[in-house]
Amino acid sequence: MNIASILATKGDKVVTIRAEQTIREALGVLAQHNIGALVVVDDARRPIGMLSERDIVRWAARNEAVFPLAVSQLMTRDLILGAPGDDLGAVGSTMVTRRIRHLPVVDGGKLVGMVSIGDVVKAQRDQFQGEVDTLQTIVMERGH
Amino acid sequence: MTRQTAVRPLRVAVVGAGPAGFYVAEHLLRRADLVVDVDLFDRLPTPYGLVRAGVAPDHQKIKFVTSAFDKVATHPRFRFFGGVELGKDLSVDDLRSHYDQIVYTTGAQTDRRMGIPGEDLPGSHPATEFVAWYNGHPDYRDLQFDLSQERVAVVGVGNVAVDVARVLCRTPEELAKTDIADHALEALRHSRVREVYLLGRRGAAQAAFTNPEIKELGELEAADVAVVPEEVELDPLSREALERSGDRAGAKKVQILQSYAHRPATGKPRRLTLRFLVSPVALLHTGAGGVGAIRLVRNRLTTSATGAIQAQPTDRFEEVPVGLVFRSVGYRGLPLPGVPFDDKWGVVLNEKGRVLDPDTKQPRPGEYTAGWIKRGPTGVIGTNKPDAAETVTAMLEDAAAGRTLEPVEPEPDAAERLVRQRQPLYFSYPDWLRLDELEIARGRASGRPRVKFTRVDEMLAALGNRRGP
Repeated sequence: MNIASILATKGDKVVTIRAEQTIREALGVLAQHNIGALVVVDDARRPIGMLSERDIVRWAARNEAVFPLAVSQLMTRDLILGAPGDDLGAVGSTMVTRRIRHLPVVDGGKLVGMVSIGDVVKAQRDQFQGEVDTLQTIVMERGH
Repeated sequence: MTRQTAVRPLRVAVVGAGPAGFYVAEHLLRRADLVVDVDLFDRLPTPYGLVRAGVAPDHQKIKFVTSAFDKVATHPRFRFFGGVELGKDLSVDDLRSHYDQIVYTTGAQTDRRMGIPGEDLPGSHPATEFVAWYNGHPDYRDLQFDLSQERVAVVGVGNVAVDVARVLCRTPEELAKTDIADHALEALRHSRVREVYLLGRRGAAQAAFTNPEIKELGELEAADVAVVPEEVELDPLSREALERSGDRAGAKKVQILQSYAHRPATGKPRRLTLRFLVSPVALLHTGAGGVGAIRLVRNRLTTSATGAIQAQPTDRFEEVPVGLVFRSVGYRGLPLPGVPFDDKWGVVLNEKGRVLDPDTKQPRPGEYTAGWIKRGPTGVIGTNKPDAAETVTAMLEDAAAGRTLEPVEPEPDAAERLVRQRQPLYFSYPDWLRLDELEIARGRASGRPRVKFTRVDEMLAALGNRRGP
């Protein structure tokens, strides 16, 4: 299984924000979509950073005046990007070791989606559950 | 409507009677808290989708899963309408006026192309067509494959590619014990194939086949298995990836393949060679116009940002003479008439099984999808069960909230009248069970699991006047 099989059932919306927008706006977008992270994109919709609720919490704990700051001041620039053909095994283990919860996916330079660690865990669980189920059915039906 | 009762049950049409369609039906019908009617449609007279038309005939055990589907079909609120095609016999609007909910489970019906010069030369075929042909799919039974060729390339190392290579290497005696279609058995009896190449783009560690599948290739009665020793050596990237993920099955897979490098040829009439780190770049023709050779580029492995291992072409090429090529580099879904399609992933445009409006990206009330046409062609048969469960959860949530279609004729009889009017020769589940008995009886005489009917006319004739519910 690969990243494409996750994106196929997520519609094609990725919630993005621009680097020059404020944290107040970013919080509004996070709340509106009930999500935990935004992809920061440039004019050509190329991902240049990530802004997660954790980034904001970390700043807010030190600086109460976080609201008017620009997204660019808080975002993570050290970006890991996925590709649709990447195996979920590799993706999952990289997300766990690097402690990444959200992975923007790029195809031919264009942002095509985002997968969360929850998506990866669910896809792998469904895959293993499916294998177990198939084997169980075969074993049970043979007994008849 | 918020509660489905025996007086006004939730009426659901499921389009496509493969595993995904049956799992959707199963999840709906086993609900104790509400009454659901399921009508399952298929464009073929027979149910089971790829379990009948895809799973290899020499893998009968996997086909036992159909007994679970037959149990679903015994539910009094289940009906099957075989030989009825969406877009031909019925439209989405027809379904909308008879059902509260529609589920599309039509699978991935076409194959991906390699996108290389010579791909359409005579002698180059999608592996899926060969599979449908040897499994007796009525639409493919009259295809011709030039089995007088001695050398064959199968592009890909997934399940389908491995099945095709194995079937090509089987003896007529081995195949005669299976339910392979009669026309295919007869053609394969006269096969002159001697050399079969399975071509993998990435390394041995990344190949999609399972360990039982490659062991099986090493135990063929009339074919020696071979690998190119340097192609199955474990490269540093793959070694690191296997260690990091603790993937023991993957490590074992490489070991089995390496053991094939040291096997002496035993003089069996056929040879199956597993190649890795090669991609086809062109098919070259002979003077006569058919495929004469396949040109390959050697690949090396690199790691992507997420640690996934990828193949990168080098500047080293080779040509392998072959007269027949089967490509199996992936399946792809086909758009359904009147249903939003996501061209990028080759699936019905959906979010967790809810079909989306292409303009608003909001769910279209009452329309859902499951299986390969929802998520793309991944996983084994059973993977469709959790996948169908996700879709059914969304369906029941929406039904409870009153977000369904508003059919003008929700009565079960009205739907049946419509089908009868559009396709008088439709097949019911009792019809299928009768055909199933007849196929098994035909097989018993020759010691085979079954002898399949491969023409719709043949099926109609076999049922005679017994047809109908």
